[in-house]
Amino acid sequence: MKSDKELFRPDGKRLDGRTETELRPLKITAGVLKRADGSAMIEWGRNKVIAGVYGPREVFPKFMTDPYKAIITARYIMAPFSSQEEHGRSGPNRRSQEISKVAKHVFENLVLTHLFPKTMIEVHMEVIQSDGGTRVAAITAAAVALADAGIPLRDLACGVSVGKANGKLILDLDKTEDNFGESDIPHVISPRTGEILLYQLDGMLTKEEISKAYDMVLEASKQIREKQAAALREKYESALETAENGDVQ
Amino acid sequence: MILDEVKEAFVKDLMKQGKRSDERGLLDYRDIRVTKGFLPNAEGSALCQIGDTKVLAGVKIALATPYPDRPDEGAFVVNSEFCPVAHPEFRAGPPDERSIELARVVDRGIRSAECIDLKGLFLEEEKVLGVFLDLYTLDHCGNLIDAAALAGMAALTDCKMPKYEDGALVRTEYKGNLELARKVAACSFEKIGGQFVLDATGEEETASEGRLTLSTCDGDLVCSAQKSGRIGVKKDELLNLVDIAVEKGAMLRSKV
Repeated sequence: MKSDKELFRPDGKRLDGRTETELRPLKITAGVLKRADGSAMIEWGRNKVIAGVYGPREVFPKFMTDPYKAIITARYIMAPFSSQEEHGRSGPNRRSQEISKVAKHVFENLVLTHLFPKTMIEVHMEVIQSDGGTRVAAITAAAVALADAGIPLRDLACGVSVGKANGKLILDLDKTEDNFGESDIPHVISPRTGEILLYQLDGMLTKEEISKAYDMVLEASKQIREKQAAALREKYESALETAENGDVQ
Repeated sequence: MILDEVKEAFVKDLMKQGKRSDERGLLDYRDIRVTKGFLPNAEGSALCQIGDTKVLAGVKIALATPYPDRPDEGAFVVNSEFCPVAHPEFRAGPPDERSIELARVVDRGIRSAECIDLKGLFLEEEKVLGVFLDLYTLDHCGNLIDAAALAGMAALTDCKMPKYEDGALVRTEYKGNLELARKVAACSFEKIGGQFVLDATGEEETASEGRLTLSTCDGDLVCSAQKSGRIGVKKDELLNLVDIAVEKGAMLRSKV
């Protein structure tokens, strides 16, 4: 929806000082939860999301069992205290149910489900603080959590949103840019193949803009992917050091 | 279950040869019929049939209080019902994720193309008009999203605006039609046997590996998109589908 709000400063930078193609500060930590089989926390700008994975484990409810592959469930949800506005209603709403559905499709692409017939893999994404771009942050964290759970994956998917503000394409929208910008295109891609695994769009865009937005995402995915790998490396290298010191838990 | 697998293999084998069981081309729609003004009680209504698929859309105009963050704008609400008569797997009860997805994809297309001037629905402080669009799936024979988007758009173009007098709506007197800035249509591509096809039948959808819906509006712009299913879409595939959606979208919008 168009608005008159100026989203660029006089010096051409965005309101938070970023350039058009700059990501917000991004930090990923793997293995933040003890009980879950795999977990990760992502801190991306002011977003904070905790992702946890259980499985492969027995299917519940049982009738959902697939004799040929693992089934995947995904749950994206925003905590009632997560936004800067009013106390939200807890539990799923239409928006979160739609996002959970398309997130599940991403994990169905990533996981080698045929290796685990008759099981289920649950992916939970808890948004505890939100500031625009939570769905791509949640899926980026969940990919790390799946790897942390030792589940064989085709790739570590990662995502970022591209939007349009005052007629210019900008990477990684924050809440203000999302609310007052003209468009929002969350992408999740597989950096290895460049394939788009999640794609949503609103706004009014030309084919050229759609093409450029993808190129911006592909370029940014290199940085995001590096942070994902670093998170996993950090966890497992420190575990290895502990083991070498004879200090096994 | 076993029958589904047989059907799936049959559909995929045909697709690999570039054929479909009803002899359509991969990018051809079935016959499209849009009947506007189907129901006199609703302010706007339309029945859209694509092949055997039937989706009914109804619009009601009602008084509403504005959202706190947008006090000067009216409301536009889209809801979807998968009626249990439409498919043996549809059950009465709270909407499932497919129904929610359909409503939200249709909503996003109309909303982001700014078809409805929401500021024009403002009446007075704390009082606005709400446009409530309900999409009733009556017969699910594939490609519900495109049919629902078309039905919804047609019902909005059919929508008469009741008069507002002394703080109430007078539903027997109308002050013209709901103004629409532009029209929107959705094109859903299903990837089956390695090919992207338009307007999949129910049988073809069971063999689909994923879907990409692209909504386009007048001016040949893409105004909403939704990828669903486990497939990955390559950049050149996406751009190619944008071209097709722009062309087919114009054809669909001409039916409204």
